[in-house]
Amino acid sequence: MAMLELESIRISFGALTTLDDLSLHVNKGEIVSVIGPNGAGKTTLFNVITGVYKPDSGSITLDGQNLVGKDPAKVTRSGIARTFQNVRLFLNMSVIENVMAATFGHTHAGLLSSALGLPRSRREEADVREQAEELLRFFGTRLTGYRWEEPAYSLSYANRRRLEIARALATKPKVLLLDEPAAGMNPKETHEITEVVERLRSEKGLTILIIEHDMHVVEGVSDRVVALDHGVKIAEGDFESVATHPAVIEAYLGRKAAETK
Amino acid sequence: MDTSQTPAEDGEGRAEVVLGIGTDEWVARHNERLIVDSGPLARLKDAASKIPNLARWLIVLLIAVAVPLGTSNPYIMRVGVNLGLFILLSYGLNIVVGYAGLLDLGYAAFYGFGAYAYALVSSDQLGHHWKTYISVPIIVIATALLGFLVSLPSRRLMGDYLAIVTLFFGQVFVQVVLSSDSITFPWATDSVDITGGSNGIPGLDPFVLFGHKFLNAKDYYWLLLAIIVILTLTITRINRTRIGRAWRTIREDSLAAQAMGISVNRLKFMAFIVGAALAGLAGTILSAVQGAVFVNGFDLPLLTLVYAAIILGGSGSLPGAVMGAIVMSLLPEFLRVPNYSEILFFVVLVLVIGAMRRSIKLFAITLVGIFVTGIVAHGILLSLSVKSLPRSEWATGVIGRFLSHWLFVPNNRLLWGNASFVLLIALIAYLTQASSTVKKILLPVAAFLGIFLWEVRLIQQPSTTRQLIIGTMLIVLMVTKPQGFLGKARVEVL
Repeated sequence: MAMLELESIRISFGALTTLDDLSLHVNKGEIVSVIGPNGAGKTTLFNVITGVYKPDSGSITLDGQNLVGKDPAKVTRSGIARTFQNVRLFLNMSVIENVMAATFGHTHAGLLSSALGLPRSRREEADVREQAEELLRFFGTRLTGYRWEEPAYSLSYANRRRLEIARALATKPKVLLLDEPAAGMNPKETHEITEVVERLRSEKGLTILIIEHDMHVVEGVSDRVVALDHGVKIAEGDFESVATHPAVIEAYLGRKAAETK
Repeated sequence: MDTSQTPAEDGEGRAEVVLGIGTDEWVARHNERLIVDSGPLARLKDAASKIPNLARWLIVLLIAVAVPLGTSNPYIMRVGVNLGLFILLSYGLNIVVGYAGLLDLGYAAFYGFGAYAYALVSSDQLGHHWKTYISVPIIVIATALLGFLVSLPSRRLMGDYLAIVTLFFGQVFVQVVLSSDSITFPWATDSVDITGGSNGIPGLDPFVLFGHKFLNAKDYYWLLLAIIVILTLTITRINRTRIGRAWRTIREDSLAAQAMGISVNRLKFMAFIVGAALAGLAGTILSAVQGAVFVNGFDLPLLTLVYAAIILGGSGSLPGAVMGAIVMSLLPEFLRVPNYSEILFFVVLVLVIGAMRRSIKLFAITLVGIFVTGIVAHGILLSLSVKSLPRSEWATGVIGRFLSHWLFVPNNRLLWGNASFVLLIALIAYLTQASSTVKKILLPVAAFLGIFLWEVRLIQQPSTTRQLIIGTMLIVLMVTKPQGFLGKARVEVL
């Protein structure tokens, strides 16, 4: 059954049509990768799903619930969390605060109850901290212990990417959108990310849509691969069939390469 | 995944780094390798940093309580009330600017709104004399509502754009108040005087709370102290928990905040509303303690001072807001007395030299250098047969008398003062670029010029000097410590 379903999505900026009649579905518990050359519309796709952009036409449903027209915060609360291609952490807040802040949508302490330190808000605060600690432990030794109270900017690039995933998990999503989780990582870290994505599904029961350029990652994690070019879906299927699809080779390497293949 | 590692527990376990497999010891122990400043100033700083936060608050509170118990001097109490109002304003602005990162330049108008609202319901101006426990809560709520209205543009605007819109609001407030002294309503023929225009509204009722009439500044001081203690506790709590965290995420990255399910717009409104309410409350107290209200207290100069306070203290830090308020409200009072300002000037001068020359030896050499420069300058001026000013005419303060045998003060103070001013500024500008050897030679010269300028010219014009000192202080602080005294250094993009 489709957890996330996009039907004939179209969005244009002025004369430029970035996504054209795009339909896509991700089944519950599935890991789907989106690939495509630069400017293919991958990140726009994420922005449309998460409500940053409103599509000109088409429908998006999460577990049968309409998402079009909701603002990003509401989309997140209905169960979609994302990471960003260019890592957007709350750099001057501590590592654990980054994660705790993302529980906002499903917590309730208001101005007054926090100010007065009512028992209810104290309990909630303790609970939020516990959740955040648990999420940080998900990454094993990488994000644990002494680092929690350090500002997020003190983390290395790879750890920032991990923290961003932990932060996204704190919103309690059903679907996780990962925008190039392995970008800028060394081979060992890339391999770790592949494992993390797999564990996100097996341990957290998440449905995952992932944009990735690293074909090792794509091959390693994907149940299904969708290839985009100029906002149009040009191929879909398992990794092998998409990777060898003439249209995909043409998109990446040009027509000549596709013909000689 | 290796499971053998035991993560350091939050709390007492963290002091000693528990290393598991895969944890980098080099990283974990980085604190032990930090380069530590040396010298007397650094040792003092180190000792000060060991005092726990709570103890610092208690020390400040103790002083705040001790002052009114020790004195009833109305001037001191009035300065104390001003300080309290300043802290209240800084707290409010710190929420809007420091936490939520919304550049609100209309903030002074909320203060004015509270003050004028209180004046209108507590004087013969409109013939209303409301009870304090009714008028103050209503005014605070009304100011909060006004804050909500002003916050509406912040839904789409951030940064400089929001600043311009709110600045406009602040100016509108001033203009409306100024011109509301003769308003002709469409249903009436005679014009009505509402705000008294530039004459303000005099004869306001004092607060009456719990059957106690507030007769002097001390009463308001205690009230303010109580309010500030409560606010310090509550705002600290708010900042640590859900709403405060969410405010800071907006400051950091509002798009990412939205993507994490945070209702960014609602939180912006909330920040504006809380900030405005605090300013409104401060306004009512100001009106009551002054017994009159005038519009010029709510214009740009006040706004600048409150901003300076929170920037000086460290935007986003509550102790910083207190410290900034103390500096910005007590310093001008202190500098009003030439004798005090002279002492302060020399203390600061010694501190600056101490900060630049971090060993006792170098420090002493610099002092000797200043002394020698003074004698050389004395000689040069004498050989040029410049007429000197008799000692009795300038050596008034303690330090002045002490310096009077060494320093040569020319008769034409205006000319020499201005010339040395230009020279000093040029010298400082050059020193910032100079090599360290040149600095060693020229630092005493610059310091001497500073002393010369002070005794010759600045001490004569306390009001200009005050502004100069505050301005210089802000510049120096922003260059050396952009995060403010107690703020944390922030990273913008990394």
